[in-house]
This record gives sequence, C-alpha cells and structure tokens, in this order.
Amino acid sequence: MPAVSKGDGMRGLAVFISDIRNFNFRNKLSADNDSLWKVFSRCLSTLGSRTVAKGKSKEAEIKRINKELANIRSKFKGDKALDGYSKKKYVCKLLFIFLLGHDIDFGHMEAVNLLSSNRYTEKQIGYLFISVLVNSNSELIRLINNAIKNDLASRNPTFMGLALHCIANVGSREMAEAFAGEIPKILVAGDTMDSVKQSAALCLLRLYRTSPDLVPMGDWTSRVVHLLNDQHLGVVTAATSLITTLAQKNPEEFKTSVSLAVSRLSRIVTSASTDLQDYTYYFVPAPWLSVKLLRLLQCYPPPEDPAVRGRLTECLETVLNKAQEPPKSKKVQHSNAKNAVLFEAISLIIHHDSEPNLLVRACNQLGQFLQHRETNLRYLALESMCTLASSEFSHEAVKTHIETVINALKTERDVSVRQRAVDLLYAMCDRSNAQQIVAEMLSYLETADYSIREEIVLKVAILAEKYAVDYTWYVDTILNLIRIAGDYVSEEVWYRVIQIVINRDDVQGYAAKTVFEALQAPACHENLVKVGGYILGEFGNLIAGDPRSSPLIQFNLLHSKFHLCSVPTRALLLSTYIKFVNLFPEVKATIQDVLRSDSQLRNADVELQQRAVEYLRLSTVASTDILATVLEEMPPFPERESSILAKLKKKKGPNTVTDLEEAKRERSADVNGGPEPAPASAASTPSPSADLLGLGATPPAPAGPPPSSGGLLVDVFSDSPSAVAPLAPGSEDNFARFVCKNNGVLFENQLLQIGLKSEFRQNLGRMFIFYGNKTSTQFLSFTPTLICSDDLQTNLSLQTKPVDPTVDGGAQVQQVVNIECVSDFTEAPVLNIQFRYGGTFQNVSVKLPITLNKFFQPTEMASQDFFQRWKQLSSPQQEVQNIFKAKHPMDTEITKAKIIGFGSALLEDVDPNPANFVGAGIIHTRTTQIGCLLRLEPNLQAQMYRLTLRTSKEAVSRRLCALLSEQF
Amino acid sequence: GRAQPRPRPAAAMQFMLLFSRQGKLRLQKWYVPLSDKEKKKITRELVQTVLARKPKMCSFLEWRDLKIVYKRYASLYFCCAIEDQDNELITLEIIHRYVELLDKYFGSVCELDIIFNFEKAYFILDEFLLGGEVQETSKKNVLKAIEQADLLQEEAETPRSVLEEIGLT
Repeated sequence: MPAVSKGDGMRGLAVFISDIRNFNFRNKLSADNDSLWKVFSRCLSTLGSRTVAKGKSKEAEIKRINKELANIRSKFKGDKALDGYSKKKYVCKLLFIFLLGHDIDFGHMEAVNLLSSNRYTEKQIGYLFISVLVNSNSELIRLINNAIKNDLASRNPTFMGLALHCIANVGSREMAEAFAGEIPKILVAGDTMDSVKQSAALCLLRLYRTSPDLVPMGDWTSRVVHLLNDQHLGVVTAATSLITTLAQKNPEEFKTSVSLAVSRLSRIVTSASTDLQDYTYYFVPAPWLSVKLLRLLQCYPPPEDPAVRGRLTECLETVLNKAQEPPKSKKVQHSNAKNAVLFEAISLIIHHDSEPNLLVRACNQLGQFLQHRETNLRYLALESMCTLASSEFSHEAVKTHIETVINALKTERDVSVRQRAVDLLYAMCDRSNAQQIVAEMLSYLETADYSIREEIVLKVAILAEKYAVDYTWYVDTILNLIRIAGDYVSEEVWYRVIQIVINRDDVQGYAAKTVFEALQAPACHENLVKVGGYILGEFGNLIAGDPRSSPLIQFNLLHSKFHLCSVPTRALLLSTYIKFVNLFPEVKATIQDVLRSDSQLRNADVELQQRAVEYLRLSTVASTDILATVLEEMPPFPERESSILAKLKKKKGPNTVTDLEEAKRERSADVNGGPEPAPASAASTPSPSADLLGLGATPPAPAGPPPSSGGLLVDVFSDSPSAVAPLAPGSEDNFARFVCKNNGVLFENQLLQIGLKSEFRQNLGRMFIFYGNKTSTQFLSFTPTLICSDDLQTNLSLQTKPVDPTVDGGAQVQQVVNIECVSDFTEAPVLNIQFRYGGTFQNVSVKLPITLNKFFQPTEMASQDFFQRWKQLSSPQQEVQNIFKAKHPMDTEITKAKIIGFGSALLEDVDPNPANFVGAGIIHTRTTQIGCLLRLEPNLQAQMYRLTLRTSKEAVSRRLCALLSEQF
Repeated sequence: GRAQPRPRPAAAMQFMLLFSRQGKLRLQKWYVPLSDKEKKKITRELVQTVLARKPKMCSFLEWRDLKIVYKRYASLYFCCAIEDQDNELITLEIIHRYVELLDKYFGSVCELDIIFNFEKAYFILDEFLLGGEVQETSKKNVLKAIEQADLLQEEAETPRSVLEEIGLT
C-alpha cells in the first residue's frame, strides 16, 4: 500500500476543511494503532470537547463558507482561465460545502469541463461532483453524456470504469436513453476487462431499475446468463444481481440461470474455506455471492429437473449442517457471514415450500436461534419464523416454540425484538392456541410501547374475531382492549364489534349485559361509551327485565357520561335515546325532557341541534307503529372482508416509497377471497358509523335523505322504488359507481352477493365475477348469462365459461370474463342470474360495468401540446359538451381521483384557470386508437359543472361525456 | 392445489449514511432518486432514531417500509437502508467490509480521514458497491483499483507542481 499523502493532493482543500473543522488535523493523525476502535475513540474524545462552543462555531462555519463561496465564484468568473488543477480543487471544495448541508447553485459547468480532462484525478473529481449533485438541467446532461460517451469509447479501462460508475450513480432516464443500448455490448464483449464487466453489469441493472422499457432484451441476455460460469468471482457476483432482477421480469428468458446458479452454489458451499482465496470472508466461502445466488433461485419454483433439484437440496442440507458445526472463528464476522447464508437458504426453503424435511429442519434451526445470546439472531429468527408459520408443513413445528416467543415478549429489552415476537405470535395463532395468545397479547398491551400499541390492538381484534368459537369471549376481549388501550382502538375495531353483535343473535344479550357492567366504571373510555351506547340502543331491551338494569337505569347510566363526551359520541348517544323511546315507552317522557333542554335544542353544534330537534319531533308526532318501523333493530351487515384486517394490511403494507396505485392494487388483491377492497374510500359502504339512522353521514347533509344505505328513514319517508324493472333496483347506481373503479360489490340482496374484480390493458380486459351464496342452503341450477344486444356484440367481444350449477351454502364461485373492445360502444352488457333456492326460482339482472372508458390509456402532455391538439379537434362533431348540476359535494381531490379513475391522465398546470381539470388519454379498440381530451370546469357558486370532451370520433365524445357526467 | 410461490423481488440497498455520535453527517450515498429535501428529512429522522438506541440493542430496525441495518465503530455510525426482502446479516458485513477497506487504505482509519479525504471514501465505496449492489468483495481487488488511481494521480501531479512553482506554465 503506498503511503497516502493525506490532503497533499489539494492543499487548499485541506486547509479549508481544517478551517471548517476548526482544529489542526495534523496532530490527530499520528496514531499508528491497529485497532479501529481505539483510534476512533480517540477522535471521539476530541470531538466531544468541541461541542461546547457549538452555536458559535456554526456561525463561524457559515461565515467561512460564504467567504469561500465568494472566492470560488470570483475565480470561476475571473478573466484568467483556470487550469485543471485549480478547477479540480474548487469543484472539490464546492462538493465539500454541499456535503456539509449547504446549497450549491454553481460550479456544475466547471465540473462538466473536468470530465473531458485527460488527467485521471481531474476527471474523477468531475464525475464525483456530477454523481453527488445530479441536476436534471438538460443542457448539462447533454454535455455530461457526451463526456461519458467519449470515455466509454476510449478503451481505457479506468476511464470506462469512471464513466460506468457515473451512469450507475445518476441512473437518470436521459442516461438510459443514451447508453442502455451500448452497455450490454460492453458487458458481453470478449475483450472487456473483468472490472469493467462488473461495473457494466451493475450499471445496466441500475438503468433497468429506472427505465426497464429502455433496456432492450436481445442476444446478449443468453450470454449474460453464462457469466454465472465466469472464472472471476467478482464478475459472477456483479452479474448475479443483474440476472436476478432481469429474471423477475422475464422468467422464461432467464430460465437456464437456475441450473447454472445451482451448480455455482454447490461448488461454493462444498469448497474448503481457503479455496476461494480473497473471496473467503472470515472462513466463509463467498458469502455475498452465495446470498445472491440463493436470492436468484427465489425467482423460480423448485427446479423441475430431478438432478438439479437433488443438487440444490444437497446444497441446502450442507448449509443447514454447517450451522451445527463448531465455529471456525470466534469473530462475529464469521458467524454473521455464515448465518447470512443460512437465513437466505431458509428463505429459499420457505419460498419453495415443498420439502417438509427441510422446512422442519429450518424451523428447528430457528428455534435454536430464538434462545441465542446474540440479539441480532433472536430478532432474525423471530422474523424468519413468521413466514415459516404460514407453511402447512411447518406450522405445527413453529407452534412448539410458543412459550419461548411469549417469554421473548416479556423479557426482550429491545422494542424492535418484542415487535417481532408480537408478529410471530400473530402468525402462529390458530384455533388451538388463540385463547392463550390473545391473553398474552392483552397482558403485554398493558405495558407495551406506545409505538406498537395500535398494531397490537388490531392484531388482537382480528385474532379474537377469527378464532372465536364462543362469541362471548370475543366481546370480552374487545371490551378489554378498550379498557386497556382505549386510545388505540380505532373506529374500525369498534365498528366491527358492533357489526358482529348485530349479526349474531346468540351474543346480543350477553353483549348488552357486559357493556352495561363495563359502563359502571366511574372513568371509562369514550370508545366504550360509543360501543355501549350503540349496543344498548339496539339490545338494551334484552336486559331490561332485570331491575338492576331497568330502562331508566340504563338511560341514566349513559346520560351520566354524555357531557364528558365529544360531539360525535354525543350525537351517537342522542340516537340511542330515540331508540330507547321506541324500546321503552316508560322513559319516553324523560328522554323528551332531555331533548327539549336548551343544551340540546340550542346546542351550538349544528349536528347535535338537528338531531335533538328531529328526534324530539319524531317522538312527538309519530305513532307507535311508525316509531317501531323507523327505529327497528338494525338489519344484519353484509359479510365482507374485515375492515380491521384491511387496516392492518394498510398499516403494514407498502406506503411511502412504492407508488400509491401499486399499494392500492395490492391491498385490494384480497386475502380472504373477498371481492371487496378495503372500504376506506367507498362512501357507500355500510358501516355502523356514529349515526344510527344515517342522518349524519359525512359530510353532514342538512336536508333531504342521506346517502347512507343503512338509513331506514329513507325508506319510510321517501317514495320507495316500486316499479321493479328487469334490472334489479339500484343496478343503475351500482353501475355508475364502477365507471371510475374496477373492484367492489356490484349487487347484493338477502341471498346473493356479486363482487367484481377487473383489469384492463389497452383494448383487452379481464373481469372476475364472484358469486357468493349468503345463505346456508345450496343454490341449484345456478346459471349466470351475459346478454348483449346485436349492436353491442359486434363492438364488444365477451368470452366466458359456464360455472358449476350448484353453489353450496356460504360458498363463493368465480367466473372469468375475457373482454375485447373491438370498436367503440355505448351500451353495457346485462348479467342475468337464474337459480333455485329452497324451491323458489330466483331471477336477477344487473348491468355489467364494462364501459368504453375502461380501454383508456392515460397520456401525459405539456400545456402547449394539449392546447394545440385541443384546437385541432375543434369541429362541431368532435366536441360534446354537457352542463350539469353537481350531485356530490364539489371536492377538488375527489374530482381528481375520479378523473384518474376514469382512465385519463390528469394534466396539472395545463389549464390557465387552476380550478379547472384537464385530462388526456387514448381509447384503444382492436382496430383504432382514439385520442381524447377532456376539460371539466366547476362553478362552485352555481354548484354546476361544464364538461367538454373532444375526440376524433363523435360517438366516443358523446359516450365518454355521458359516462363522466354521472360521476360528479 | 396450492398456489405457485410468487417470485420474491430482488432489492438493492437504498442508501448508506455515515454519521458521528453528535449527529454530524460524514458521508451519504443514495442509490434511489430522491429530492434534496427528502434526503435531508430522511437523514434527520434516521440519525435521531439510531442515536436514541441503546448500545446492546439489535442492529436492525423497521423504519417506514424499509429495514435499517446499522453498526457503530467508535465515534461513527454506519447505517444502511435495505428493502423488506433483503438480508440483514450480509448487509451488516457489507458495512464491516467497507470499514476494513477504509482501514487498510488509510492505515487505521478514523473519522477525520473520512472528513478530510471524503472523495477517497467515495471512490472506495464505488469500487465496492455500485448502484446499491455488491460489485467486488475481494479486498485486494478493490484496493488495487484505488491504488492504480493514486499512482495515476502522482504521475500527473508531481511534475506539475514543480513547474507551477517556478512559473513555467
């Protein structure tokens, strides 16, 4: 190793840094102690003593930096041309200043100039500056790309290396455009140096990650796969990463990598610890490469070729065996590297999920780690066991460790380890141990860290529901949750307990009694008041026979909490009171007095005031019969995916980095086979929201019937739909709801639920129709038929297979419809379902939401382009306009979401009036593509919209306009 | 029958941060495109989170939807963000190998070496990790590449400083 002359390269730089550091570095570097630890410690003490004058030194630093920036700026602007060395020095200073956290807005040009220097170090600093301070300034990018191109063509491996590093570091789309075609050639050329190959492989990987569409597949791919056989382990290491990512997207094309990876892996794991020389790390042969190869194999199912499969099994066994051997070194690096390979091997075993023997061995190994003295290993074992718990082969084996895991929950000192223990308990829970696990989680909750309480609450609620044999246990558990961690019990949890109590009449009396008892506590959580209020309002009559819980006592108990509660809870309690008026005529007068009091009738809150006024009036004018009808017990809630589960998925799912659409799709991808995605955004999902009667659906509707489907008032006071057309009532509305979304419940009555899940790409689509039998009786001769008019048939091609004519009670059958848009169309197909249920013939028709806009592909364009095209489509046949009244509150974000859901791109900053919405897209049919532009102009004052569609085809403009107008 | 296992997406390291016990950022390397504002926010949050942890705690934690792997060497924290499917232990050894490389190159590295020769720290890192993936794990090979560059530097600069001093350029 040549002595490094620290700072000598650029003395000015060192002086500058030294100034900033404010102490003389030369005295601190004389240490020749071998141990990292000791030297670091020494620096530490120096640094520690400096923090005293922090505020002052910060000021001094800024002053010094501003001085330096001024100096550099004048040098760059000066008349005298700077030589390469000075340029390098100043660029490096700028970089240092930037890395200190200050903004740099000049020097880019000088850095770009350095790129074309023939001196290696100047070039190197230039590239470093570009890599760190990427600026998508298009003119500079062109210059940078030019310099890179020259270096790539130079055939000088060090220059090529720098250029490749720069591309890999920046990885922008512009660079992908310029180099994605060139790099594969460098990668597979016979005369490329190994180090350049390594950089080229990872550089290409970075470009593929940013812009997969710009990396052309071709002949080179098969040659890349053979790099797995390369002599040079560094080349194999780099190439494996590239191949893994490519194989994920193109598994067919890279299938041969499986056998090559297995044989490479086999050679590594069976090699002696010294065979691989510098690629052996603390006596572990090529741990990084091993991990990468095992990762590559996780892109594929178990190998089909028995020989390859056998060899792989041997490898995995060897890795498991090695874990039992005594360590070759006491260093933590040795055990970490060895275990890194072991954990990746276990991941592969779990991924394959096909070898019971290996799965159980893996589980036993992890079981040992659960009690290891290294915290890291305990953490990883808990994490890895979570996935193992979901395999049918190893679920039982995982369960044997329950006591250790519970113990971890109680004794681990690190919250992140305890969190893993909670996850594992959740994963290993089944009917046999649910009571124990829920009890342990509840007791842990009493002292759990605030950061993980909400998640534990959700998990307990889910497990209690999922494994409840006895629903009294479920009710007790949820009330315990509220008692222990009321603040962390979200709406979803208490909604759910109410849904379940309403749907199960065997638990209603118990629930009423239990909430009544729980409400006796002098200080009970507001969530308990909500649940208690709701349940007593529905089922208070079931315990009213006991003189200790007479109607008046129930009422007084609830009302004693009233004044301490928030507005939504008080609103809920008012609904409970009016329900009491119906349930218990004997307390009617008392309740009317309460409603009549000034604090209710003149309450400053409009919602409370309105409820008090309406309920008082209702209780006065309505006959007993009408009261009984209006205030009837809530009907059962439709069964769907638990909203708590959806919430947990949302909480744990990807949220920050991946894009939202992806996350949404994943969330709706169903866990329990339920067709309905998380109801978070669907306003029409029935939920026992705070208002019993649906009067206060958000946003509060001051007059007119509320949109909530649970509201019985609607049915009593409005004209109920009497004329039942061939289409089921509500079919049109449901149809309209699907114009801007693809998944959800299309139809539901007492017997049958129809759910949809569909996806569209260009002019093709696929729709999954789920028919759920909600009863416990079989449906016979179950025949769904798709009906298209002649006209529609020529424009829309639908293909499907008949479904099984018998649908068991509680079962769900699925039908797939393949869709092709041949030409633009206006009508929608009708789905007719006929079946026999308990001797009666059932016949249901609904409109199937396959609409023209499903074949939209969004198109992004700039303002200028938009208006140019807009003008081109100005003939009267091309434009269709509709002016209409808003049917929903005019909310900007909702409107945006609808336009995007409609399928067109939402173009921001295009319309000169920022209140307007502008969209563009292309409708794909088999034969043509029709460009569409749309503009939606809201008028808030008038509560009106003007929607304008311009497309090259009149019928398309008209249809899209009609579809979209219904959405606002 | 059971569903075919879905391929597990490969993931790269998202970023690496080196910061001191006082929370001063000493080196930052980002392998995903983020705005400066976001980078600053992430750095601030992570530095705070990691510094708040006690010495014996485990080296891994969940943070947003990423996994953080960190290790302290004397006054410096080395902190990597990896994705959900990534291997924590091998990442811990990536950190260690990088420290070894710095140590070998600088000869008993300390925080000051990284401050004064930050560009070298970057060059070494680029030879070792590229685009968030391990490029070359052999200590010899990585250092050979850096040494070659240093030789080029000396060839280029020794004569010039002399010439410059006597004003001949």
